[in-house]
Formats: sequence, C-alpha cells, structure tokens
Amino acid sequence: MIARLAEGATRRSLWLLGAVVAVLVIAPFVVNDYLLTVMIVALYLAYTGQAWNIMMGFAGQLSLGNAIYAGLGAYVAAVLFTRYGVAPWLGFLAAIPVAAGCAAIIGFLAFRFGVAGVYFAILTIAFAEFARVGFDHLDFVHASAGLFLPVAQYTHDDLWRLRGNPTMFYYVMLAATAVAFVLSRALLKSRIGYFWLAIREDEQAARATGINTFRYKMYALMISAAVTSFAGVFYAFFYNNLFPEQVFNITQSIEMILGPIIGGVGTLFGPVLGAFVLTGMAESVTSIMAALGFDLPGAKQVFYGICLLLVVVALPEGIWPPLARRLGIDKGKR
Amino acid sequence: MHRKPFANPRRITRRTFTAGVAAAAVAAPAIVRAAGGPLKVGVILPRSGFEAGIGQDCQRGVDITPPILKSLGLPELTIMNGDTESNVNTAREHAEKLVSDGAQLLIGAFDSGQTTAVAQVAEQKGIPLVINVGSDPQITEQGYKFVVRNFPTVPMLLHDEFAEQMEVFSIAGVTPKTAVFLHVNDLFGTGMAKGIHGMKPPYTIVEEISYDPGARDLSVEVTKAKAANAEIMLVVGRLNDAMLLTREMVKQRWTPNAILSWGPGWYENQYTKTLGKLSDGPISLVPWYDPNKKLTKTLQDAFAKKFPDLNMNTNHVYTFEALLIAADAYKRAGSSDPKALAAALHATHITDNVSIGPGIMFDAKGQNIGLKCGAVQNRGGKQVTVAPKEAANAKLEWPMKSYQNRT
Amino acid sequence: MSLAVYLNVVVAGVLTGLVYGLMALGLSVIFGVVRIVNFAHGEMMSIAMYIAVVLFAAFHLDPLVMLVPIAAVMFVFGYVLQAGLINPFITRPEHSQFLLVVALALIIVNTLLIIFGPDAQTIQTSYAYDSFQLGPVIVDASKAYAAAAAIVVTVALFAFFRFTLFGKAIRACADNYTGALVIGLDVKRLYALTFGIGAACVGAAGTMMSLITDVTPMLGPAYTLLAFVIVITGGLGSMAGALIGGVLIGLTEAIAGLLFTPSAKTMFSFAILVLVLLLRPQGILGKRTA
Repeated sequence: MIARLAEGATRRSLWLLGAVVAVLVIAPFVVNDYLLTVMIVALYLAYTGQAWNIMMGFAGQLSLGNAIYAGLGAYVAAVLFTRYGVAPWLGFLAAIPVAAGCAAIIGFLAFRFGVAGVYFAILTIAFAEFARVGFDHLDFVHASAGLFLPVAQYTHDDLWRLRGNPTMFYYVMLAATAVAFVLSRALLKSRIGYFWLAIREDEQAARATGINTFRYKMYALMISAAVTSFAGVFYAFFYNNLFPEQVFNITQSIEMILGPIIGGVGTLFGPVLGAFVLTGMAESVTSIMAALGFDLPGAKQVFYGICLLLVVVALPEGIWPPLARRLGIDKGKR
Repeated sequence: MHRKPFANPRRITRRTFTAGVAAAAVAAPAIVRAAGGPLKVGVILPRSGFEAGIGQDCQRGVDITPPILKSLGLPELTIMNGDTESNVNTAREHAEKLVSDGAQLLIGAFDSGQTTAVAQVAEQKGIPLVINVGSDPQITEQGYKFVVRNFPTVPMLLHDEFAEQMEVFSIAGVTPKTAVFLHVNDLFGTGMAKGIHGMKPPYTIVEEISYDPGARDLSVEVTKAKAANAEIMLVVGRLNDAMLLTREMVKQRWTPNAILSWGPGWYENQYTKTLGKLSDGPISLVPWYDPNKKLTKTLQDAFAKKFPDLNMNTNHVYTFEALLIAADAYKRAGSSDPKALAAALHATHITDNVSIGPGIMFDAKGQNIGLKCGAVQNRGGKQVTVAPKEAANAKLEWPMKSYQNRT
Repeated sequence: MSLAVYLNVVVAGVLTGLVYGLMALGLSVIFGVVRIVNFAHGEMMSIAMYIAVVLFAAFHLDPLVMLVPIAAVMFVFGYVLQAGLINPFITRPEHSQFLLVVALALIIVNTLLIIFGPDAQTIQTSYAYDSFQLGPVIVDASKAYAAAAAIVVTVALFAFFRFTLFGKAIRACADNYTGALVIGLDVKRLYALTFGIGAACVGAAGTMMSLITDVTPMLGPAYTLLAFVIVITGGLGSMAGALIGGVLIGLTEAIAGLLFTPSAKTMFSFAILVLVLLLRPQGILGKRTA
C-alpha cells in the first residue's frame, strides 16, 4: 500500500519528506517549552488546514466556517468526558457522526439549492455564527460561562485520557497530521480524488460525463468535517477550557485556512508548509519586536498582515508550487 | 537550545535600579538584600484585542508601583511584559514565553479564560502566579499549589455585594420592591445573574434582560427595561455597555431611582470623562480601595501625580497589590526558588494594604477570603465610597437625580 | 407589553436599519459590480469613523456637515486601493481574494489600534442626547438624522447609476463583462471607479454611524458580517435592496430582542440569511444572474 501511495513521487521528494519527518520527531528533545507550544499550534493549524484542503483544494468548495466542525468535536468529546468519563478517543468516535452530520446538512442545503462559490462561503459563515451564538445560550454546556475540563498535575502521561505533558500532545498532533497527510494522498490517488479533480475543474463537464457531483461534493464536505472534528477534540483536551465565543469564532475559521492558502491550495504539502511558515512568521515578529524593545500592542499584527499581503500578491499559487519547482521535485507531486 | 536573554525589561528598570542603588546606599541597614537581585516578574495582561483598554489600565497600576515598593523597604522587581492579545491560546503561549525568558513569578491576567490558561502553565512549570484581577471560582478549585488570588471570586463578590447593597438600602432608608436586571451574556455576567437570583433579594426582579457583550446598540434593551416600570435598575456589564445604556436612558427619558452595578464599567475613567454630568449617580458594588487606609493615600498621591486626569480604580489597586504581594513574598523567601516563593506567598500576611478588608492573606486554596467590596457612587466626576461604614468617606445620594434636568 | 413599547422598538429598528442599509450599500455596489468579496468592508467604515472623530475633535465640525468631504476622501482611498492592489485579483480564485482582503482588514484594524488606542471614542454633538416625542413614541434625534442622510445618499446614488453615463457604464460591466469590453468600455477604470463609489458610501455610512455609536478599532469585523447579511438578503446590485435588507435586519433584531433574549438576536439575522440563501439567493430585490 505504501508503494502505491509513493507511486509517482520522485526519489528526491521522498528523501525530503523523510528529512522533515525526522526533524519533527526529534524536535521536542531540542527545543524549549515555549517553542514546543508554538510547534503544537503550528501542527494544529497544519492538520486543520489539511482537512480544509480536502474540501477546498480537491473539491473546490470554499468553506469559511470550518470552526463549527472543530467546535462540535470539542464539545462532544468534552461533554462526554466531564459528564460520563468517556475517554477522548471514544469521544472522537462519537464526534465524527455529529460533525459529518452537520456538514451533510450544510452540503445538502447548499448543493440542492444551488448555493455555490462565494454564497456557499457565506452560508458556512452563517452556520458557524449560528452555532456560536447558539452554544453561548446552551446551558447544557454552560453556555458563555465556558466548559472546563478538570486539570490534573502533569505528573504522568495518560494517552488514553489525553492528560499529560505538552510533549505527549505534540506527538499526538504530529501523528494526526501525518495521518491526515497520508489520508489526503490516498484520497487523491483514488477514484474519489479524480472525481473531485474533475468537479473542481469544471463541474458541469464532470456531470456531463456521468459523475454524481452532488454525492461526491457531499463526501468531500463530510470527510473534511470528520477530520476537522478531531482537531476540536485535541483542542478541548489541550486547553482544558471551551468558550463558544472562542471556539466557533470566525477568527478560528480564518486561521485554519490561512495555512493552506499561503502554502498552496490543492497541494499535498501546501497546508503543512503554510502552517509552519505562518506560525514561524508570527513568532519571529514577536521575538524581533521584543528584542528591539518595541512594546506597541497591535504592531505585531500589522507586520503579520503585511507579510500575508506580500505573500498573496507575490505568490499567487502559494509557497509550495514554486518551491517544489525550485527543488526539482514537482514531477508527479500534487 | 540556548536561553534567550529575558525579553522586554520595562524602561522603568534602569530608573528603578539607579534609584534603588541610591536608596540602598542611604538606607542600607533597612533593606533586606534578597539573594540574586531583583525578582523577574512577568506581568501578562490583555494589551491588544478587544480587552486592550482594561489591560492597559491595569498597566497604569504597574507603572506607579516601583517607587512605592522601594519606600516600603521591599526588594526590587524587574517587570517583563506579556500580552494575551485577549485570546486564550495566545495567553498560554505568551505565559510560556515569559517563563522561558526567565520570569520567576507571573501576575495576571484579568480575563477568566485567559487566566485559567496562564494558571495551567504556572502550575505545570511550578512558577508562582499571583492573580491580580479575575473572579472565576474554578481557578482556585483545581488544587493548584502555585497559584494565589488576591481578588474576590464570583461567589464572594455576590455575597459581599449583596451585603453592601442591603447597607445602601438601610442608609437610604428605602428598600425597593421592584427591580429590572440587565446583564451581559458572558462568563461574568451569567455567573453573577445566577447568583443574584439565588440570594433571594428583598425586591422582585420583574424583568431580566441579557445582552451581547459586543452590542453596539442597546436601545431595545433600554426600551424593555423602561417598560418594566421598576424602581431600581441592577446591572452587570462592562464599560462600553455602561456608556451605551446611560445614553439610551437619557434619550428615552428614563431615570430609575438607583442604578446598582455589580461589576465594572460604571466607575471607569472613560465613563466619567465621556458622560460628564450624566455620569453622576450610579452606585457600583465593587472591590475597591479603602480611602481611610494609610497606603491608599500613598498610592493615590503617586497615581494623581502620574495620571492627574484619571481616577484611581479597582484595576490599578489590585494590580499594585499583586506586585506588593510578589515583593513581600520575595523578601520573606529570601530566594527566587519557585517552591520557596510559593510557600512564602501562601504565608502572606499584609495588613498595611490598600483594598477594603482586613488585609492580604491566603487560605489553603490560595484565595484571599477576607476581601470586601465597597459601594461607590459617582459624584462630580469621581467616585466616593458610601459603604461599608468603616471605609466610607461620603454620604449616599438617593434617589438618583433625573437625567433630564442635568445641564 | 404595551403598544407604545412595540412602536418604539419598531421605529428604532427601522431607523437603525436604514443606517445599516447605507453601510451595506457600499458593499452591494462593490460586490455587485467588481465581484470582490470585500471582507475589509467594516474596517473601511471604521477608517471613515475615525476620520470623523478626528475632524470633530479638531474643528468641531458636525458629522452631517462632514459627510461629503469624508465620502470624497474615502472615494480616493477606494479608487487607489482597487487600481493599485485589488485589480489583479479579480480574475484570481476566491480564496486568494479572500486572503488579500483579510490581510488588509488585519492591517487596518491594528494600525487604528496603534494610532488611536483601544478606548472608545465618541462624537458628542450638541444634539447627542436629544430625542423627539411623537405621541407614545420617543425618537432618537441622532438616529433620525442619520437615517434621513442615508435615504438622501441612496437616492443620489440611484440617480447616479440611472442617469449618468458613468453609472450606465458601470451597470453594463456588472451585467455583462465581456460585452462591456467588446463595446470598448475601460473596464479597469470603471472597476476602480466603482470601488471608489462603494468606498464613498462606506465613508458616508461611517460618518453617520459615528453619530450613533462609539468608535473602537475592533468594530470592523462585526459590521462586515452584518453588511454581508444585509446585502445578500436585500439583493446584490440593488440599491433599494440594500436599504430594504438593512431595514429588515434592523427590525428583526429589534423585535427579536424585544420578544426573546437580546443576546441571541444575531441568531435571527443569520437564520434569515440562511433562508434567503436557500430560497431566494438573489435576495429580495436582486436580479437572477446566469
């Protein structure tokens, strides 16, 4: 199976991939705690970006409300844990149908009624906002007061209950990102992937060749949502508190998609690369400003915004495609 | 990975240092030289994002502290700044950064969600955290050993503010029968709302109106409130809605007999500055400074000198006290070892302080349960304390003067 | 609850809605013609609001008077922004456009934060606290003036698009891009012009809005979302639609606030948005495009 996944990739690209994985695996042993947290956030963004990429990059559906799936995942797992002592991995299994179901509703409403492009994007925002305000009034999850997970001392790592050191969380997220990566590659190389490609390029033509575009678009949405929901579970157990205002916020949705857009929508490496570039950029700006003794609130975001602007203007396809060409590994890599 | 040199020392550090050296030379026997020099204190607050105003207000408390600590014979603190950006995740990251950069003690963070994140980091790393402002009760229920809080929890606020309210009624000689209750729909607002119902007030709450903290237009809310025809108005909100509500009440021509605020906003400087004469009258039940205490006068003088146009309020007082606690613990611990600091913090016993109540001491959970609230009323662009009796410095005005004839 | 209360709330809702409508008008023009999803819309309005604040603080000029100059300044800003930065993005995929305007929005909000600080700024006109009493209804004076100005601006805009050559050319671009090119219209310039006009509307709306609300750097995003809801509800490319959409949303929120919990009133706006998207995606007054 690995051979099939690796089929079409150049030698060089596999070596590169191996090198990157090796670096990421060793990282916790060499960096300090602060950088470890930064990397966890980067991986989180890489993971959710990869999930969004399935919907957008492969099937061409612009969703600006992916936070709703993460939020649902987070709350389902958190409620099951705090009220019934259910472990997060089982909580995740419970979250999948919830998230996928939500995506199915959105997809059904959108596709049946012909809501596409920008309108689809706005529909997704509306749902996420609806969830945000809704959960803010839902006493079952403590509404706006927030849902708190009991915090234990970090004396030992409990992988089953996801209680433990940040290092444990790092590896969980790394593994998850790797799985998402492999999953994306598998999907791309499969029949579904080719149908998605067809739909993305020209939906009418795809339908003309007999592809049931409605069904495949739904698959894209539902798979993407299910994958994203795990990120929510992780979020709940890493941060140990959930506020609807934060979790379903449009800022979260936007942060999730900046990575893939910067890195390269529709590419395999794009989301991961983009997430790390963005996180690196943000932290560099903070550090540089601190080193210069520059204590101006808001300045960091301005620089960050300018960097984003420069990237989007200068690199229309994202960072990965030109980089891949430069590295000579773009043969067969998608 | 090499340790980064500690980031962002406050500009004040150099001034404090030279001044400190001079003072030390003069008063050498009086100052206990704690081992290792100044204590590195990371102050993490929301300095940008939607809570930026509060964070920057707390910062004013930080700015006036160093000379006062010096004059009390307490060791020096090197202040390192952190910004939570009004975001829980960023709060965690930047708390970690402060610790990586050498912070030996943390102070923060105003917002409950962000404070929880910072507390988790503190406990995990074994670095003490002194909470300056932050009332979510859950934070001191987690069994943390490194976190102390010198601010009332929501249950304490409720209990105390209720008592102050009853005292206000007895001073006024009137117990209202009906009230309309407006509150923000966030952690603080809903927590207080639940509590107020539970305390069985002497009046009936005829209408309860919850509104969005980010609301820019409260005209419907005020129309509803006015229609309820209640004697008094209870409110739990923040600065922006305090201003919006007041303006709407003026425009809709309604003045209740009293406005009792159980939270921030109505005493803040922006409120009094923006509304001028229209800011007089509302009573805030809030943790406050005791105007009759000695250290309060010192703090007020320092504040007035540095910020002549502003009134001193809760943010400044409690942030100052957090730094006071840190310096005092450092002096007693004699070292910056985190466990020693934590032990010293828990053993704190400061009676020469600023806030209302017997002083600063912490129970087994790290909570200062002696803190008391006051009832302060806006008058002439300032706040006067009308209750409790032992901390009062003015007489209550009841009922509130109508908004319609104030020019 | 008595009739008087309902009347008051309805009137307030309609007036506020008219000002929201003016704000959405700019977006309708931009989105309807240039097809850029301008997520920096609310932020552009906050720029206009701050200009109003600064001018008021410096020269004590009433916002109603400053309406035209501020709109003019915003026009230039919009024109330059479109011609300089946004133009190449028209043909780019939506997510690239999105990133561009999101980055812009971020820069604007934080630059305003740096310059003006986080505290709310207000414009205290002499009539800031006035209200008229018409029977049982008390009408907020500032809202009334702002709403009146909104109507005036909309009528002016309508006249522009109907009766002037530029206006017709712009509508042609919107209706049929290729056709417009074929007949020799300078589409790039017209786009820039349209963006400028949209920005001018936003400028006017912001000036009016500064009369009825406090100005903070962080208000941009909420208004952006609101503008989108209104534009889609009312109908893209329709001026009257934007106003009607605004009034509808203003009313819905007001009534929802009255009958249910005010803190949940945005849920109703979003519910309406979803219904519109599903049942009548072109909006109430919009035209069905191919």
